[in-house]
Amino acid sequence: MPDPIPPGDAPPAAAPAGEHDWTAIESTPAFRELVESRRRFIVPATVFFIAYYFALPVLVGYFPGVMGRDVVGKVNVAYLFALSQFGMAWVVMALYVRRARGFDAQEHAIVERAAGRSS
Amino acid sequence: MNTALVMFIGFIAVTLGITYWASRRTHTTAEFYSAGRSITGFQNGWAVAGDYMSAASFLGIAGLIAFYGYDGFMYSVGWLVAYLTVLLLVAEPLRNTGRFTMADVLALRFRQPAVRTVAAISTLTVSLVYMIAQMVGAGSIVSLLIPAVSFRTAIVLVGVLMLVYVIFGGMLATTWVQIVKAVLLMGGTILLSILVMAKFGFSFTDFFAAVGKVTGKYCEVGTLKDGACPGGVAAVTRDFTQPGLYYHGKWGPLSLISLGIALIFGTAGLPHILVRFYTVKDSKAARTSVVWAMVLIGSFYIMTTFLGFGAATLVGKQNIGVMKDGALVPNQNLAAPLLAEKLGGEVFLSFVAAIAFATILAVVAGLTIASSSAFAHDVWFNVVKRGKKADDREQVRVARVAAACIGALSIVLAISLRTLNVAFLVGLAFAVAASANVPAILLTLYWRRFTTQGMVAGMVVGLLASVVLIILSPAVMGVDAPTAAVKHLIQAAPVFPLDNPALVSVPLGFLAAIAASLATKERPEAERLYDELNVRANTGLGAV
Repeated sequence: MPDPIPPGDAPPAAAPAGEHDWTAIESTPAFRELVESRRRFIVPATVFFIAYYFALPVLVGYFPGVMGRDVVGKVNVAYLFALSQFGMAWVVMALYVRRARGFDAQEHAIVERAAGRSS
Repeated sequence: MNTALVMFIGFIAVTLGITYWASRRTHTTAEFYSAGRSITGFQNGWAVAGDYMSAASFLGIAGLIAFYGYDGFMYSVGWLVAYLTVLLLVAEPLRNTGRFTMADVLALRFRQPAVRTVAAISTLTVSLVYMIAQMVGAGSIVSLLIPAVSFRTAIVLVGVLMLVYVIFGGMLATTWVQIVKAVLLMGGTILLSILVMAKFGFSFTDFFAAVGKVTGKYCEVGTLKDGACPGGVAAVTRDFTQPGLYYHGKWGPLSLISLGIALIFGTAGLPHILVRFYTVKDSKAARTSVVWAMVLIGSFYIMTTFLGFGAATLVGKQNIGVMKDGALVPNQNLAAPLLAEKLGGEVFLSFVAAIAFATILAVVAGLTIASSSAFAHDVWFNVVKRGKKADDREQVRVARVAAACIGALSIVLAISLRTLNVAFLVGLAFAVAASANVPAILLTLYWRRFTTQGMVAGMVVGLLASVVLIILSPAVMGVDAPTAAVKHLIQAAPVFPLDNPALVSVPLGFLAAIAASLATKERPEAERLYDELNVRANTGLGAV
């Protein structure tokens, strides 16, 4: 197996550290747009999953009566809500993976331009 | 118990074969710490699952549900949802900006030895504490399942095997041991779940009807004694589908929330999970790893209800334990093994015992490699040697020696702590990870105004707050009956009411980091360094 990492070590990242003008890239419209589009997905997604998740301990802790109510046979609200957390996690994951393909394309363009400039 | 022995030996033989194969491919630091970045996203997803699903989750959660019903399932939920934090906020930027350790990411921005030192101390604390919990668990489980092996022998055996994997096979061997274990664990859990459901004609409602017939009691105030509460108050009876049997009373709801905070933020700060993302070639593969890990971990934790409720209904909590002097001593860890015995006889019991053994080995190997890289790469190479261009093989040698020392230390500590209730150590590891590591990682990645002093303050406060509050909590302080087999570390009434300190320590960690940052000014090049980190984290430009 070819080893993509050159032997030897230099802190903290050995890759072409001095080759890029990071500040210049940081302020390009393409980069700002990438950061913005990431933020537009990640911030609401994070707020949503944290709120959805903490609803479970809060409801179970403070409203055990409501949560203990049976829905189908002895399967109750508490169990179904806990189970829905798994569905929620997988849905957020799938949505993120779909959106991330767009980020990949944006990243690729930025990396290509930077590589073209520095070489 | 000969079948168990055969299966143990079989697993050991396979993993030693893997180690031999891996040892011929492990020479450089990149190979030792991160398997030469040769692992695919799919493989790494399995390895993350194998690294994460510890004996605490396999045996511990099944036992908690078998003894307390619904409340045990709260752990399962948190342990999956935690991966959204990893997926959305940490995995990809971490892979883009680091090389070998958690501290790499912080040090890319704050190029001070103090930053690496504090991060390494936190990594070593989390890993060592988690490792001791696993080793003590290993000792009691192996000696319970194979009475011929004593507690001490079991710990030494686990410790020596984990050191052999890590020292000779590095991250490559560790990865494949974790993959093999994840396959075994998933296979065994699926099989057990099917057997449980078969007993109920694959009817979910019949299964839950049976679970609803199992009941437990608790007191709103004080502890239950001989079926009655202090002061002649009647005990509350709940069936196992209902919440409340474990978390109840005045502090119950806050304990649940505190546990939730530790679980969903702690995972993103566990060094042995984070370093797994360095074994793949880029951030896209890191994302794929998290996705596969979430599929596996989620499926597994849903099945913990079949295991736990299955043991509660088919075995019965009054039968889960070991016979000692003609009386049954309850032992939660035996819920899953005894369920297996009930459903598939001794062969299946042996199989589940072998899985438990494999589970522990895979996790402790992951912990050993994470802590040895924190010592060798962060402390020795970057702080002591000041990052001077050193011989690559010399660094690998230091990492191997560090692994041996950490392994030996954990063996000694595990043996000496065996009569104490060490369940709190897993909670402590998650609390430190959530309170010290996560604020540092998130603020480094996402907050431009963050400073070196802020980082150091956040980590130190988060670490100290977790440790002090755990020591004052009911997890460490408690008054036991003189006859109790396993005792609390401090025999006195607890000072802090919650089992898990995250509710207080996580906000403290963030507050200290933010306050110290606002009170200090970063050196002039800080702006440029954040630009660099931000571009690298977002694009993968210059990633190794």
